[in-house]
Amino acid sequence: METNNYEAAVIFTPVLSETQLKEAVKTYRELITANKGTIVNEESWGLTKLAYNIQKKSSGFYHFFEFNVSPDFIKAFDIQLRRDERVLRFINLKLDKHALLYNERRKNGEFSKAKKAQKQTATT
Amino acid sequence: MAKGGKKKNFVFNNRHKNMPKKYCRFKKSGIKYIDYKDADFLMKFINDQGKILPRRLSGNSLKYQRKVSISIKRARHMAILPFVADGLKD
Repeated sequence: METNNYEAAVIFTPVLSETQLKEAVKTYRELITANKGTIVNEESWGLTKLAYNIQKKSSGFYHFFEFNVSPDFIKAFDIQLRRDERVLRFINLKLDKHALLYNERRKNGEFSKAKKAQKQTATT
Repeated sequence: MAKGGKKKNFVFNNRHKNMPKKYCRFKKSGIKYIDYKDADFLMKFINDQGKILPRRLSGNSLKYQRKVSISIKRARHMAILPFVADGLKD
């Protein structure tokens, strides 16, 4: 079956406790794997300040999933996120080849704090 | 006389000659994907009110200006960048 690469970013409410957050992340991880998807990468920013208030909350838990799944699943995934009251905001993106390459490099930490040092070496 | 008068009133705009030529940074450095998660990078393309800078200021090519604007809008949706701001850059 044909599969595509997707990236989902989810903001969970700051009201959740640590165990509740883990549980929430786990449900989505299992939802992906239960539908013959494979998780490529996950990233968590922890409790982060929002640029503006959402549902009167000024912060949230950012969590990013990168996964490979068939396109039919995305609609169901979308509905699941929409129904969930623990989720403030989410986005589902299909990744093209440039995005995949970028994410691969990001995963290896090429764009983290070493970025500036790298840039300097590149110019010299 | 009329011809001469016209020439006198004409102001030559030579400012552009002294300015460095603008270029598309994505074309120059070979960036293919603009990440919506990277707020610091996207900050380069918005003004202090949070508005997207036009192409004539940023120098982006049309192809990458479109990608920049999509990335900024995604970042706004995910509350990584603000929709409206005041004094974003000081």
